[in-house]
Amino acid sequence: MSIRMSPHAKRNTLLVLFIALHIVVIFPGFFSTQGYAEQNRDLPFSPPTRLHFVRPDGHFSLRPFVYGWNEAALDTGIYEADRSQIYPLQFFVHGSPYTIVKGINASTHLFGVESPGRLYLFGTDDFGRDEFSRMLYGGRISILAGWIGAAIALFTGGIVGLISGYTGRWVDSVTMRMVELFMALPWLYLLFAVRAILPLRIETTDTFILLIGVVGIIGWARPARLVRSMVLSAKERNFVLAARAMGASNTYILRKHILPQVYALLLTMAAYLVPQFILAEVTLSFLGLGIGEPVPSWGTLLAELQKYNVLVNYWWMYAPGIALVALFLIYHWASSTIQQRVGVPLT
Amino acid sequence: MTIRRRNSQFDLSRGFALAATFLFFVSLATAPSSRAQAAPSQTEIGKPGGRITVALRTDPKTLNPILAVDTTSREVIGAMQADLVHINRQTQRTEPALASSWKVSPDGRKYTLALRRDVKFSDGAPFTADDVIFTFQLYLDESLSSPQRDLLVIDNKPIAVKKIDNYTVEFDLTKPYGPGERIFDSLAILPKHQLEAAYRDKKIGEIWGVNAKPEEIAGLGPFRLKSYVAGQQLLLERNPNYWRKDANGTNLPYLNELLFTVVANEDAQVIKFKSGETQILERVGADNFNLLQRENSSKSQCLYDVGPGLEFVFLLLNMNSLDTAKHADITAKEQWFRDLKFRRAVSLAMDRKGMVRLVYGGRATPIWGNVSPGNKLWLAANIPHPDRSIDQAKGLLKSDGFSWDANGALLDQQKHPVTFTVIVSSSNAQRTKIATIAQDDLKQLGIDVKVVPLEFRALVDRVMNTHDYDAVLMNLVNGDVDPTPEMGLWRYSGEMHLWDIGEKTAATPWEAELDKLMESQMTTTEYATRKKLYDRVQEIAAQNLPLVFLLSPDILVGAQSTVGNFRPGILDPYALWNIDEQFLRPAGAACH
Repeated sequence: MSIRMSPHAKRNTLLVLFIALHIVVIFPGFFSTQGYAEQNRDLPFSPPTRLHFVRPDGHFSLRPFVYGWNEAALDTGIYEADRSQIYPLQFFVHGSPYTIVKGINASTHLFGVESPGRLYLFGTDDFGRDEFSRMLYGGRISILAGWIGAAIALFTGGIVGLISGYTGRWVDSVTMRMVELFMALPWLYLLFAVRAILPLRIETTDTFILLIGVVGIIGWARPARLVRSMVLSAKERNFVLAARAMGASNTYILRKHILPQVYALLLTMAAYLVPQFILAEVTLSFLGLGIGEPVPSWGTLLAELQKYNVLVNYWWMYAPGIALVALFLIYHWASSTIQQRVGVPLT
Repeated sequence: MTIRRRNSQFDLSRGFALAATFLFFVSLATAPSSRAQAAPSQTEIGKPGGRITVALRTDPKTLNPILAVDTTSREVIGAMQADLVHINRQTQRTEPALASSWKVSPDGRKYTLALRRDVKFSDGAPFTADDVIFTFQLYLDESLSSPQRDLLVIDNKPIAVKKIDNYTVEFDLTKPYGPGERIFDSLAILPKHQLEAAYRDKKIGEIWGVNAKPEEIAGLGPFRLKSYVAGQQLLLERNPNYWRKDANGTNLPYLNELLFTVVANEDAQVIKFKSGETQILERVGADNFNLLQRENSSKSQCLYDVGPGLEFVFLLLNMNSLDTAKHADITAKEQWFRDLKFRRAVSLAMDRKGMVRLVYGGRATPIWGNVSPGNKLWLAANIPHPDRSIDQAKGLLKSDGFSWDANGALLDQQKHPVTFTVIVSSSNAQRTKIATIAQDDLKQLGIDVKVVPLEFRALVDRVMNTHDYDAVLMNLVNGDVDPTPEMGLWRYSGEMHLWDIGEKTAATPWEAELDKLMESQMTTTEYATRKKLYDRVQEIAAQNLPLVFLLSPDILVGAQSTVGNFRPGILDPYALWNIDEQFLRPAGAACH
């Protein structure tokens, strides 16, 4: 990042972006304008709705507004604004109901336009579903996948690395050979195999969580190796040797002296692994192994681009790809900041 | 599901609309697009040489005509084998093929066919009446359960074949037969000298698989096998012994080679066609068709919308008799599926017009019965077209004892939530889209439906053999405009009686009636009487909805302008039916 900012301002900007992004995708219902599965069959592949500030009569309007579609032109498949229909943008509007967490429902959206006006910030897909709302909901699934995958990998890897590094000898040899084995595993093919043996009627959500779990479990190898190397160097430090000389037990040493050194590493690892697992989810969904219709994820949204006519005709369908890049940059920024602060090497 | 005209055939893996109209009755004015070109109808004298490449959606499963059921296999076999009488896909009329002429007895029962002389199989062996007798013996052998058998059994009696002399055979159809000599189309005549031993050893089912050696497969068709690489390509070479000649006496086929490449995905097929890697594009979807048309400014590709097809897409609810212990979950759901009111409610909820618009860009027609509007000769006029109505559908369910919980989820009479899985071929983007629309439609009734894309062969296996599915979104393509190919579908004992395969006796009175109607239409030769019978079949089908009929897409095909004699028809195989006459001309030719 070459933007000139004081380190402090930079860190704050990062923090705000990071938190804002996660709030938006954790509560997509509130920020979206529609439900993710809501089809508007008369409006397939509608281009993004433009926000206007200047009224047809030339007056400036501070409150942005949108035009309605020309219904006559719609029937022939042409999207043309009808300048006689004006729908101002409104905040905290009542719209389609959504679930915040299981059991708590709401129907207030941050912004929207009054019916029959329609607001498709990022256009619509082939069923006339709002791409913007789908992207927000999709982000929830993708980022959730990233977090779950990273958590499993770090947890498994952390424990294995800790034991391996601390115990040493043959335990170390065996686990490290396993690490090499796992790193060489062609995980994509493994996932294909796992999906193939699952029964039909298993919930798509369950399948998805399961696959992410498998990805996470396969992903333990790298963190395990790093943690092990940290532990190896930590356990030879003078204060550890001193503690041992004083008769401290293994658990005590691990808990009080070694784990604190590993925490920072795990945190950096997390910021580094989450995007990797998001990418894994995107890859899985792109290849049709992900969560099923109509639930969106960034991978399934991007999979639309596999269709040739979508790829060349509807540029707004690239939106999840752009979101993905932005997300990766933020996480990358986060991971390098943490790394600088705590000063642990990552490889 | 099988050989072209004959049974309704499966087209699960690709299913891009083909269209069929009866030439005599349907003018091209019914074709929906003004921009679509009319296909040329004159046969040109071609230039020998060259190779045409065609993309297939999947690998062929077999090269054995006795066993082939899927479109891909049949397409490849069609280029390698020949029949006695052939239907011209463009004119819809029968033309002499291996039989140079035929006579019908006054009572309409007996067909005497004069076979062509001096015809040789691709391996050089002579073709005689013995091959014909042997071939029909195979098709009729119950133990082989060939999909063609259904059509060769008229009124429970298999047709009889008799050799008169080495070049004359007599077929006794046991009864007057409605479709007449159309029965012989696409029944590949097989080499007795090559298959006799295998038949004696009961090994017909194991031979002529895709991995057979080229010399093991002899045929009378324009091409013969040269090589096959699984998952990649199947190469056919010119059969030097092919019997057809053009008007100038040049031996057909013109082409030296015909290459089928396996390109699993339609978009990839379109890109390959656009770049000129393949010469013929069969069954392209409406999205891609429109796109190609827009981008084809140089006119190097000729695109044809041949009109509405004989294909019908439907939602099939599993009503097979299953082992209750093994398939407890499915048998529980079958109680809803067997309930006519439930099926009607499902049908009422379907947004057929939305499917046509969103999935086919308008290049399809909604249907409420099994006959596509393209088939004007046989379409029953009195089939009602009820408008989509969620309220009516809900009313039907309510009157049947269904109810809804607080969240709007549909509950059955025992208060179990109504939820099921719809399987759909993963390689067919259109069908997946239709499934997504249907899923949303059913959600409005409170039914939670999951859509599971499955690999084509796995799907066929579930539908045809294991019956391990709740519902499936699939299609059938009639190989001929005549109703007789649907025998296997409507007779309760038929191989293609999809919703309940293998019924020993008719499960319902209407299935018994269907069986009788189909039987009598087949053995009646008078069109008006047959039409009346078949109208009733359509009426029963529309009333009882064994299949929830959705829509019927147009046939959209394309060829490079260099392909000569490209005359797509509305019967499967739309583009390759006259591959023996097709040839390559120099680049820069204009479309016809």
